[in-house]
Amino acid sequence: MIDNLLVGSLILLVLSIFATVFRLVKGPSAPDRIQALDCLGINLIAGVAIFSVLLRNTGFFEVILLIGILSFIGTIAFARYIERGVVIERKQSD
Amino acid sequence: MSENNPIELIAVLLIFFGAIFCFLSSLGLIRLPDVYTRSHAASKGSTMGVLFTLVGTFVFFIIEGTFSIRLFLGIFFVFLTSPVASHVVVRSAYRSKVKLADVTVQDDLKAEMEEEGIETIEVHHK
Repeated sequence: MIDNLLVGSLILLVLSIFATVFRLVKGPSAPDRIQALDCLGINLIAGVAIFSVLLRNTGFFEVILLIGILSFIGTIAFARYIERGVVIERKQSD
Repeated sequence: MSENNPIELIAVLLIFFGAIFCFLSSLGLIRLPDVYTRSHAASKGSTMGVLFTLVGTFVFFIIEGTFSIRLFLGIFFVFLTSPVASHVVVRSAYRSKVKLADVTVQDDLKAEMEEEGIETIEVHHK
């Protein structure tokens, strides 16, 4: 019962990852693609969590934390690049 | 098959509901017309789904006998950063003049930005 539910939710997550990849490839504008990448990272976090329950193993929690942090930093960097053309702004000294 | 502990079953049901939320939000990501509505589906649905899934995992491992502070930090971090990320993406989309969908009724931000002298996008009303 429990294992069947876990495998079913993994299948649902795989379907939703396919949907985000579709949006990532097709997306008409660049913010669409960034949004899809962010969503992909979040779905990946959920997938790793389900996998750790399926294996009864606590070793995957660092992976969850790291994917969360890296996906957030990547999204912020891409969005700033699209908005202003630079990632890190430096003060111009006269 | 493992023994059926009812609290374990509740944790796994939480995980399953989270996966259903993720799936529905990805349907929204496919079907909605423009970036702004899609970000509504993606951010709210995915955040909710991942929070359900991670809380289910947390409860499951508490029953197993391990309280993991790293997983708790992960839950907290996702809860904190996911709305911020989607807000920043939509802001950059509006400022880089991505067009709204044709069925858009109202654009309140346009008047505000014209007052400040920033160029805005043309919206085609049907």
